[in-house]
Amino acid sequence: MTEMTLTDEQFEAFGAELDALKERMLADLGERDAAYIRRIIKAQRALEVGGRATLMAGVLPPAWVAGTTMLALSKILDNMEIGHNVMHGQYDWMKDPALSSRGFEWDTACPGDQWRHSHNYMHHTHTNIVGKDRDIGYGILRMSEEEPWRPYYLGNPLYALLLATFFQYGVALHDLETERIAAGEVKLAEKRDLLRSIGRKVRRQTLKDYVAFPLLAGPFAPFVLAGNVTANLTRNLWSFMIIFCGHFPDGTHEFSEEETEDETRGEWYYRQILGSANLTGGKLFHILSGNLSHQIEHHLFPDIPAHRYAEMAVEVREICGRYGIPYNSGPLHRQFGTVVRKITRLALPDRGRGSGAVAAEPPTRDLELAVA
Amino acid sequence: MFTLTAPSSTLSSRVLGSRLVDLLTGPHGVDRYTEIANPVWTLGEARAQVVAVARDTPRSVRLTLRPNRTFPGFKAGQHVNVRVEIDGRRHTRCYSPANAEGSELVELTVGVHDGGLVSTFLRAHAQRGMVVGLDDVGGDFVLPDELPDRIAFVSGGSGITPVLSMLRTLIARGHDSEITFLHYARSAAEACYRDELAELDVRVLHGYTREPAGTDVGPRFEPALIGDATVFACGPPSLVDAVRDHYPDARSESFVPPTFVVPEQAGGGRITFLQSGTSAIDDGRSLLEQAEAAGLTPESGCRMGICHSCKCRKTSGAVRNLITGAVSSADEEDVQICVSAPVGDVALAL
Repeated sequence: MTEMTLTDEQFEAFGAELDALKERMLADLGERDAAYIRRIIKAQRALEVGGRATLMAGVLPPAWVAGTTMLALSKILDNMEIGHNVMHGQYDWMKDPALSSRGFEWDTACPGDQWRHSHNYMHHTHTNIVGKDRDIGYGILRMSEEEPWRPYYLGNPLYALLLATFFQYGVALHDLETERIAAGEVKLAEKRDLLRSIGRKVRRQTLKDYVAFPLLAGPFAPFVLAGNVTANLTRNLWSFMIIFCGHFPDGTHEFSEEETEDETRGEWYYRQILGSANLTGGKLFHILSGNLSHQIEHHLFPDIPAHRYAEMAVEVREICGRYGIPYNSGPLHRQFGTVVRKITRLALPDRGRGSGAVAAEPPTRDLELAVA
Repeated sequence: MFTLTAPSSTLSSRVLGSRLVDLLTGPHGVDRYTEIANPVWTLGEARAQVVAVARDTPRSVRLTLRPNRTFPGFKAGQHVNVRVEIDGRRHTRCYSPANAEGSELVELTVGVHDGGLVSTFLRAHAQRGMVVGLDDVGGDFVLPDELPDRIAFVSGGSGITPVLSMLRTLIARGHDSEITFLHYARSAAEACYRDELAELDVRVLHGYTREPAGTDVGPRFEPALIGDATVFACGPPSLVDAVRDHYPDARSESFVPPTFVVPEQAGGGRITFLQSGTSAIDDGRSLLEQAEAAGLTPESGCRMGICHSCKCRKTSGAVRNLITGAVSSADEEDVQICVSAPVGDVALAL
C-alpha cells in the first residue's frame, strides 16, 4: 500500500517532464534504432542456425555444449530483446511488417496475439494493482500480502520452481486465467478459441524442437533433443529470473484498485516507477535481459525502443530524485535474492498481519521518502 | 547471375516453400533467414536490387533494378508501388517502369518533386546495391490487344515512363503502326531519355515549356502535332486535360505530386468506417471513442496510447496525436485510435 506524497500540481509537472522526455526520444528515432534491432536479429539468426547446425554433431561433447549454448542465447534474444520489444510496438514506426507489433510471432509457446493482450494491456496498464495485474504470481503464486493466505500456498516455493522450469507454458497459459476458471468465474468453454490457438502454437513449437530437428540428425537424434530441451529450459529459467526481478524485489509497491481509480497520467507514471525495479549490469547483460533490466523505463515508455532505456534512465533517475520518488535498482543476485525470500516467506501465513509483514520486509532507505 | 537475384531454381523455391522448411524456420518463416544471407532472397515479398543509377537530368534519377523471382512482372504502362527505407522508415511511392514489358531488369525514372521526401532522397542517395521493395503492380493504362494503325504517345515530365514502356514494348515485339512520340519537359536539359528517343525509329517531338531553346513544338499541346491517331497520354493534369479536350477517347493517366493540406481546425470532418460501412461526423474526440459512439466495438486496451491493442489501418486522411499533438497524414498507415483524433476527413479499416 502506498500513499501519494506529491500534490496534484507536482504530479502534473512530473508527468509533463516524463511526457517531454518521451517526445524528445520519439522525435529522435531513426536509422540508428533500425540498424540496432536488425543487428540483434542478425545475431539471433546466426546463433540459431549455428547452434542447430552444431548440435547435429552433438555426439561430441564440445559441439553439444557449444550448440546448446548458441541455441539458448538465440532463444533468449528472440524472446527478450526482439520478440517482447517488437510486440510492444517499439519498432512500429519503421512500418516494416516483419517488425510490426501486430504481426510478430516469437519462438516460444505463447501465441503473440494473446501476449499482446495479457501483457501489453493487462499488465502494463494495471501494473502491480492486486486483483487486476495477473503478473502478480501468474494466478499460481502468492507474491503479495494482499493476497490472503491459504494452505495451498505452502507450496509457493515448489510452484515457483515449476513455473520457472516450464515458464514458456506458464506464459502461454497466462491469458487462460486458470484460477478464475477454478473459482467458477469464467467457464472453460468461453476460453475454447484461446486454448485452440495455444494448442496450435505449442504443437508447432514441440514438433520443431522435439521431433523435426532431432529426426534430421538421424542416429544422433537424442543429442539434438537433449540440446533443444536444455536450450528451452535455459531460456525459461533466465526469463523467469529477469521477469520476476521486474516487480517483486524488496521495495516494489503494490496498489489497490480503489487507490488507482481516476488516476492521472502523472500518477500512472508514479505507480509504474514504484511498482518496478531495475537491474544493474553490463551492456551484454542488458541486451540478454531484453533491456528489462531497465524495467522502470520500460514501464514508463513501453513503446520506445528498449536499447534507448539506458540513456533515458539517467534522466528518469534525475527527475525522480527531484520529486523525491524512490528509484529501485540493484544487481541481479541481490534483487533475485529478495524475490526468492519473498516467495518463501509468503508460503506461510502472515505473522500478526500488518506489523509482522512489514517487519519481515523493511523498506529500504530510499523508500522512506515515499512511504508514509 | 541468377544466383545473386533470388532463390533461383524452381526446385529451391519448392524446397524453401515446403511445409517442412516452414516448420523448421517457424514461427518467423524462411524469408527471415534467407534475407540475412541476401536481402532479395524472399519468397513472400517482391524485392529488387539497384544495379545501376544514372542522373541524366538535374531533376531526375534513373534506377535499374534486378527484381527477385517473386516479382510478378508488369504490363507496359502499369505502375508499381516501390518501397524505400529512409532513416529507418519505410516509404512507398508509386512509379511506372520505363522498360519494355517482360525484360529482366526494371527501369525507373524518378522525377524530383520539390519537398518530396522519397524523390529527393533517391536523387541524392540512390546507389548500386540498394534494395527496394516492389508491391501491388496495377493500373488500366495499358496497350490494347488490337493495335491501332496510328498511335501517338504524349507525355509531360516524369509521365514519360509508362508511355516509353509502351513504345519500347511495341518496338521489342515488332509492330507496323505509325508512331509519334511527343514529350514535354521544362527545358532541353530536363528532358529525360532525349538520347534514347533519338535512336528509335519513330517520329519524336520535344516541347520545352520554360526554356524554349531547341524545342520542336510550342509550349501548348495542339492536335495538329499528331493528327488523327489513337492517343496515350501521361503527365500533369493540365496536359492530360488539354489532350482530352481534343481527343476525348485518349487513354490517359495523370499524376499529381502529393500535397497534404491539413485543415486548421479539428472537428466537422467525416470519419468513414470502411468495414462496417458506416460513417460519423467528427466531434473532436478520439477515433476510438467516436467509433464506439457509432456502435462499433474495435479492439482496445489501455486507452492511453501505450499498449497498441487498438492499432488499426487508416487508409486515408490526417490524424492528430492527442498526446504529442503531432499530425500524421500518410495514407495506409496504422494508427493508435485511442489517442488519435481526426483532422478533416479520415477513413479507417474498421
